[in-house]
Amino acid sequence: MVAAARERGDGAEHAPEALAARPPLPARIGAVVIGASAGAVDALGLLLPQLPASTPWPVIIVVHLPATQPSLLASLFSRRCPLRVLEPQDKQPLAPGIWFAPPDYHLLLERDRSFSLSIDAPVNHSRPSIDVLFESAADVYSAQLVGVVLTGANSDGASGAKAIRAAGGFVMVQDPATAEAAAMPAFAIEQAQPQWIASLPQIAQALREAALVSQP
Amino acid sequence: MSGRALETAAPELEVRLLLEAIFLRFHYDFRSYSMASLKRRIQAALPKLGCATISALQDKVLHHPQALNELLQFLTVQVSDMFRDPLFFRAFREQVVPEMQTYPSLKLWVAGCSSGEEVYSLAIALAENGLLERTILYATDINPDALAKAEAGVYPLERMAAFTENYRAGGGTRSLADYYTAAYGNAAFSRSLRSQVVFSDHSLATDHVFAEVQVISCRNVLIYFDRPLQDRAVGLFSDALCRRGFLGLGARETLQFSPHALAFREAAKERWYQRW
Repeated sequence: MVAAARERGDGAEHAPEALAARPPLPARIGAVVIGASAGAVDALGLLLPQLPASTPWPVIIVVHLPATQPSLLASLFSRRCPLRVLEPQDKQPLAPGIWFAPPDYHLLLERDRSFSLSIDAPVNHSRPSIDVLFESAADVYSAQLVGVVLTGANSDGASGAKAIRAAGGFVMVQDPATAEAAAMPAFAIEQAQPQWIASLPQIAQALREAALVSQP
Repeated sequence: MSGRALETAAPELEVRLLLEAIFLRFHYDFRSYSMASLKRRIQAALPKLGCATISALQDKVLHHPQALNELLQFLTVQVSDMFRDPLFFRAFREQVVPEMQTYPSLKLWVAGCSSGEEVYSLAIALAENGLLERTILYATDINPDALAKAEAGVYPLERMAAFTENYRAGGGTRSLADYYTAAYGNAAFSRSLRSQVVFSDHSLATDHVFAEVQVISCRNVLIYFDRPLQDRAVGLFSDALCRRGFLGLGARETLQFSPHALAFREAAKERWYQRW
């Protein structure tokens, strides 16, 4: 499975025709959810600044960080991104922007389109957990959800990606061969059979294009 | 609507029916809990209670009421640390305690105390400021098992290293080990810390105010409620607090979206609000 992914990823990396073969993203995107672990800061540093300030949907991100570390992600990225970068408060309404899960809380989405936090036990040894975000987001946005699994050294995000697929959403996974840590995208590919496996620049470009053509 | 959309909705329908059944039969009201995390906890309970579906769980709870107690352990959240978010306790010592020292007697309410870690944390902070003897602490929760744990005050010894670190970062002036006795892999907290504590069953969803208090700590409880239930709980706090009384919330909880926001002002850093 990983070998197949590598073939597709390598083949697609610089070839415009392979990029054109990307399956179409949902015509109406409600939200984009992203999970990243080891290597996350570099990967997101490449991806997030590509999103235009006019991106009309929320981009919600779980990054695994030690619980005791104060969250620096939002301030780190707000300087580098045209799109506003925030950390949600409990029950805050969803809105366009880049939202980072606060450290030591699970981040979930509610059907009334608000954020919800929990301190339930860690899932996959992680709090926040990517699976928890993805599964709740799949319940809310079903076919209008785009899930992205990036670099990481554990298996978090795989069941979540599977739940997004089951709800009719679109899953893209970073080609493990191009990821700083291959395990997490490889698990996601194995469990969720994503619609698209691609390099980081390709994922960044696809999201940017989707943001530019989306109507608010 | 496609069949797929209906399938996705089915578990939530089952959750709502289960919660309604639990309310009608047992008067535990989870109907206004945050659905996303509650659904996860119910799904985690299914294999533990030997049920394939949430509907089967409903059947089991209605016909075998003893199963309710087991389910309650999943519906309520029992993850708690001592001195979680140490800066909250530092702010308590530096900004709440000085005002409390002006009162001849004090009442403090830990709402949703779960297994009691927060109660002992606050009792220690009060003791180190000479306030414990003149304070009554109300520790309330809806889960009788959690209340029993809270009253016992016994926690795994392996958690003490992390709690000690939090205690120091939160402004602790002694050694945390002064407050517990280690035996058989557990740490049993000193009886003197709970001599002033009243442990009691109380639901923020269905019960009312029971006393006027000077301080309420309710951290990472409101995140489990939907907006209307949050509003109800904050309304209770607003009614229970004396003027200038303090309300401490979790690090990611805010009164910003609450209809009771005007009754409070941000009094100190780290989510301490003051009744106004």
